[in-house]
Amino acid sequence: MEEEYEGGEVKKFLYVNRRLPHGTAYAIESLETVLIGAAFDQDVSVLFIDDGVYQIKKDQSPESLEMKNFSKTFRALEMYDVEKLYVEQESLDARGLKADDLLVDVEVLPGSEIKSLIDQQDVILSF
Amino acid sequence: MKFAVLVNEGPYQHQASDSAYQFVLASLNAGHEVMRVFFYHDGVNNGTRLTTPPQDDRNIQHRWSALAEEHKLDLVLCVAACQRRGIVDEDEMKRNSKDAHNIADGFRISGLGQLIEAGIVADRLITFGD
Repeated sequence: MEEEYEGGEVKKFLYVNRRLPHGTAYAIESLETVLIGAAFDQDVSVLFIDDGVYQIKKDQSPESLEMKNFSKTFRALEMYDVEKLYVEQESLDARGLKADDLLVDVEVLPGSEIKSLIDQQDVILSF
Repeated sequence: MKFAVLVNEGPYQHQASDSAYQFVLASLNAGHEVMRVFFYHDGVNNGTRLTTPPQDDRNIQHRWSALAEEHKLDLVLCVAACQRRGIVDEDEMKRNSKDAHNIADGFRISGLGQLIEAGIVADRLITFGD
């Protein structure tokens, strides 16, 4: 980790992941932002919604396509004090997934509560 | 208000860079402050000086450089995204043993921390993407 933030102000940051882990670069570059952002001691939450829920699905094997498997890095988030991970219930249901299919512990919330979560944030980075 | 702006897409392929530019221009004309424009993902492609768009169309990269000079804007290109996509300044050229650099005037290459800091310091972070 690089810079330590000396400013003192703490804002609520929400990172919203909406897309598949592969097929575009948004997912991996979102994760890089979360990891660097962790050094700034802000109040961080990460939300997986729509196809974003696949980013944390177990048993990925992108190596067969020479793509980097960065799914395991989500398990390291708690070491960076990024512990508030949320998933939208409807996104799981629409894809036939359950919390058990995910490789990290998350809080599953219905869409109505996701709206409140978003409303509470100061800074939203959507990928 | 103190704004920070995030541009997530490259020039011409998506309208993000155009919309961001128009937003920054309007904000400045309305007396607001734009403390940083951060370019991420393909947005870093706005920072190459090697484009030659058709004469009868807007020059997106040029517009950013000119606006930065006129209003002393801080245009920042994410270093990790630049390395992936080949946007290079002199330091990066030496550091990564490349034989050229291509960064446009008014832009600087720096880390993602500059984006996070902008989110903390600004009243609003406005994102332009796809």
